[in-house]
Amino acid sequence: MHEFLQQTFSGLAAGAIYASLALALVMIYRATSLVNFAQGEMAMFSTYIAWTLVNAGLPFWAAFVLTLIVSFVGGMAIERVVIRPVENAPVLSAVVVTIGLLLIFNATAGWLYSYTVQEFPSPFPDRPVFGALMTTRDLGVIAVTLLMLALLFAFFRFTSTGLAMRAAAQNPESARLCGIRVGRMLAIGWGLAAAIGATAGIMVAPVLFLDPNMMGGVLLYAFTGALLGGITSPVGAVVGGLIVGVTENLVGTYLIPSQLKLTVALGLIILVLVFKPNGLFGTAIVRRV
Amino acid sequence: MTQNTAIIAGDAAAPAPAASLPRLAGRRWLAAAILIACAAAVPLGLSNYHVFELTMVMVYAIAVLGLNILTGYNGQISLGHGGFFAAGAYTAAILMHRYGVPYWATLPPAALVCFALGLLFGLPALRFEGPYLALVTLAMAVAMPQLLKYFGAWTGGQQGINLVKVQPPPGLGVGHDTWLYLLVLAVLILAMRVAANILNGRTGRAFVAIRDHPIAAEAMGIHAARYKTLAFGISTLFTGVAGALSAIVIGFVAPESFDLFLSLSFLVGSAVGGIVTIPGAIVGGLFIEFVPNLANDISDAAPWAVYGLAMLLFMYAMPRGVIGSLEHWFAWSKQKFR
Amino acid sequence: MPPILTLRGVKAYYGQSEVLHGIDVAVEEGGMTVLLGANGAGKTTALRAISGSVKREGEIVFAGQRVDRRSTEEIARLRIAHVPEGRGTFIGLTVEENLHLGGYTNAAQSRAGIARMYGYFPVLGLRRRQQAGALSGGEQQMLAIARALMMSPRLLLLDEPSFGLAPRIVEEIFVIVERIRRDERVSVLLVEQNASLALELADHAYLIETGSVVASGTAKSLADNPQVRRSYLGY
Repeated sequence: MHEFLQQTFSGLAAGAIYASLALALVMIYRATSLVNFAQGEMAMFSTYIAWTLVNAGLPFWAAFVLTLIVSFVGGMAIERVVIRPVENAPVLSAVVVTIGLLLIFNATAGWLYSYTVQEFPSPFPDRPVFGALMTTRDLGVIAVTLLMLALLFAFFRFTSTGLAMRAAAQNPESARLCGIRVGRMLAIGWGLAAAIGATAGIMVAPVLFLDPNMMGGVLLYAFTGALLGGITSPVGAVVGGLIVGVTENLVGTYLIPSQLKLTVALGLIILVLVFKPNGLFGTAIVRRV
Repeated sequence: MTQNTAIIAGDAAAPAPAASLPRLAGRRWLAAAILIACAAAVPLGLSNYHVFELTMVMVYAIAVLGLNILTGYNGQISLGHGGFFAAGAYTAAILMHRYGVPYWATLPPAALVCFALGLLFGLPALRFEGPYLALVTLAMAVAMPQLLKYFGAWTGGQQGINLVKVQPPPGLGVGHDTWLYLLVLAVLILAMRVAANILNGRTGRAFVAIRDHPIAAEAMGIHAARYKTLAFGISTLFTGVAGALSAIVIGFVAPESFDLFLSLSFLVGSAVGGIVTIPGAIVGGLFIEFVPNLANDISDAAPWAVYGLAMLLFMYAMPRGVIGSLEHWFAWSKQKFR
Repeated sequence: MPPILTLRGVKAYYGQSEVLHGIDVAVEEGGMTVLLGANGAGKTTALRAISGSVKREGEIVFAGQRVDRRSTEEIARLRIAHVPEGRGTFIGLTVEENLHLGGYTNAAQSRAGIARMYGYFPVLGLRRRQQAGALSGGEQQMLAIARALMMSPRLLLLDEPSFGLAPRIVEEIFVIVERIRRDERVSVLLVEQNASLALELADHAYLIETGSVVASGTAKSLADNPQVRRSYLGY
């Protein structure tokens, strides 16, 4: 029983990171109906930026904030420069662009920072807590994720920019008629998603160790979590991410070790999707004829 | 237009069969025959390695053609075609290695196995759309290498299977590589012909109708579930045959070759060539085979970055793919300069 | 007084097809001008050309400025408010959020503006926290108009406000629109299929058929025009 709880909690901590990246995926999907396959690599690149800053002597939280700002601006720039040209093209073309972006970020990171695995500091000490049920690091990661979710919720609910972004995502034409610069809203969305991804990367680097291929598996689980929760629901993204984290951990511990773990975990989640093809919190797309 | 149409084809929703290119009337057969003869003559004067590369281009073209049928014409996205490619490859490899089946005889069983697999997959896939279908097919792509390693007794596990080199029939006077080139060329021509027949006929129209407006299609009596499942089966049949050919041509199969990146490459190849076209598959094959090598020549340090950049540039310049854009420009200029 | 809006030789395109073949329209400042015509004549397209929602050519001048090359957002910020065909409300957002969005470019006046809208349309005030999608057709139309008015527009483009609504509701809405026009001093360009109602309210009218203006003049003169009477007024 103790081990079960332990594995569940560490699954929640991993899940919190999947949830963060899932949140970024959902945000971009809501705005543009596009799955950003490069989200993980962008997060990885941001983490390298943080790593560079920390190595240059900056205290951790200063490096963290600076990285978030740089990632936000970078995300906006990517939307304007890389995604804008395929805004009105078939979505498949945009998907290919994100795949290309994935490769570019991955290769560039490998070129700039080499493929040597690096250590990355965690701001949270790794002490067991609650009778060794979880560690302070796990708690820290979960707390950061929840804080981010709360901030996002407040931003979208209570600020006019947040409202404008929701409007632009739902109905860009009507948003334009209100004078809302939809392009700018998209760019802000990508900026926010990049910043969220950066947070996920920074949270996971201490555990997975920093290398250019760090986020590959995380992206896969985040994508799964986002869909499980319902690709249009931010709350769903978080819940989905957490469930995926726990499932992955429990499957790995009790059912099948290592190799086949991924397959089985995915299989279970797809089984759930068979019964809820739009995810747990997703809304079915109502087609008017 | 539905989500699917917009995703795949933008405003070039209707399939543009070969007839959209300038009509050559009855002389079309002659032109085709000349083209084929030229293609068959290509290996003359090329090194064995280049012939091998071109053979792989055609193998990938057949695989991409399968994806075009499913995702382009029927609107069902698949990120898992690498898995079906692997299924075909391993079917051929196991038949050859364990049961001594001659290489050419492995193609029909591979086709059948992959067709059945596609039907089996297509049924539950009916429940899913858009990114959800993407995930389900992605799971296939991710699971395949792991399953291949797991069932090592059959598949040779991590090490893979080494196959006996194919001998060209004696008396024909062609080398090993040229013989395989001609074999794959023949299969490619057959595949394109079959695809054209299907896509330009009733079935193809049903596929497109379902992609563009599933509700209207059903209301007109098109059994969406049946056709969607069929599309899956046909698509995986093509890609599976390509996989079998790849095993024969390369002479080796291992789980590592059939990873997620392969599936993504097929998708990229489809998009670059033109996903709602048939000849686009060949362009896609060229892209998949040659651009990574070119990228390596351009940049030692970060070749994959150059490959990624190439994807971006192709999509900016020709969002409908090379052939798709050509067909679009033909149609546009026909209207403009009437 | 010069017209607040003039269109000269305006063409519009859907893809390659030209659907407006060079129309000339003028909207008097402070007045109501109506575009009449059958389904598919091009009336909605004309409004979309003005608000920049469709590919267009030709000269469009608003309050002395050329706007035919501007983007939709820029035109909206010049205080041309377009209530589109189908209302264009944000159905996933609440009534009050919809109004806030209307006031997006005018944040300082937002609160006062919303209060004024609830004054014109009390039913919206009652439903302020409900999702716009849950409102009835008439209420959604009111919301769409209120949303546009939140922009303190100088020109209001109204596309078929009577569409799909019961006659009693339509009357109610038009009474409010008329009141707003006077109180807020807004110029109105109205598109309507319901010719008799529109001609009662409007000062000037244009008749559009298959993308061209075929008749224009005061509303009264068009109402008396025998051709118009036969084709559109039923007698």
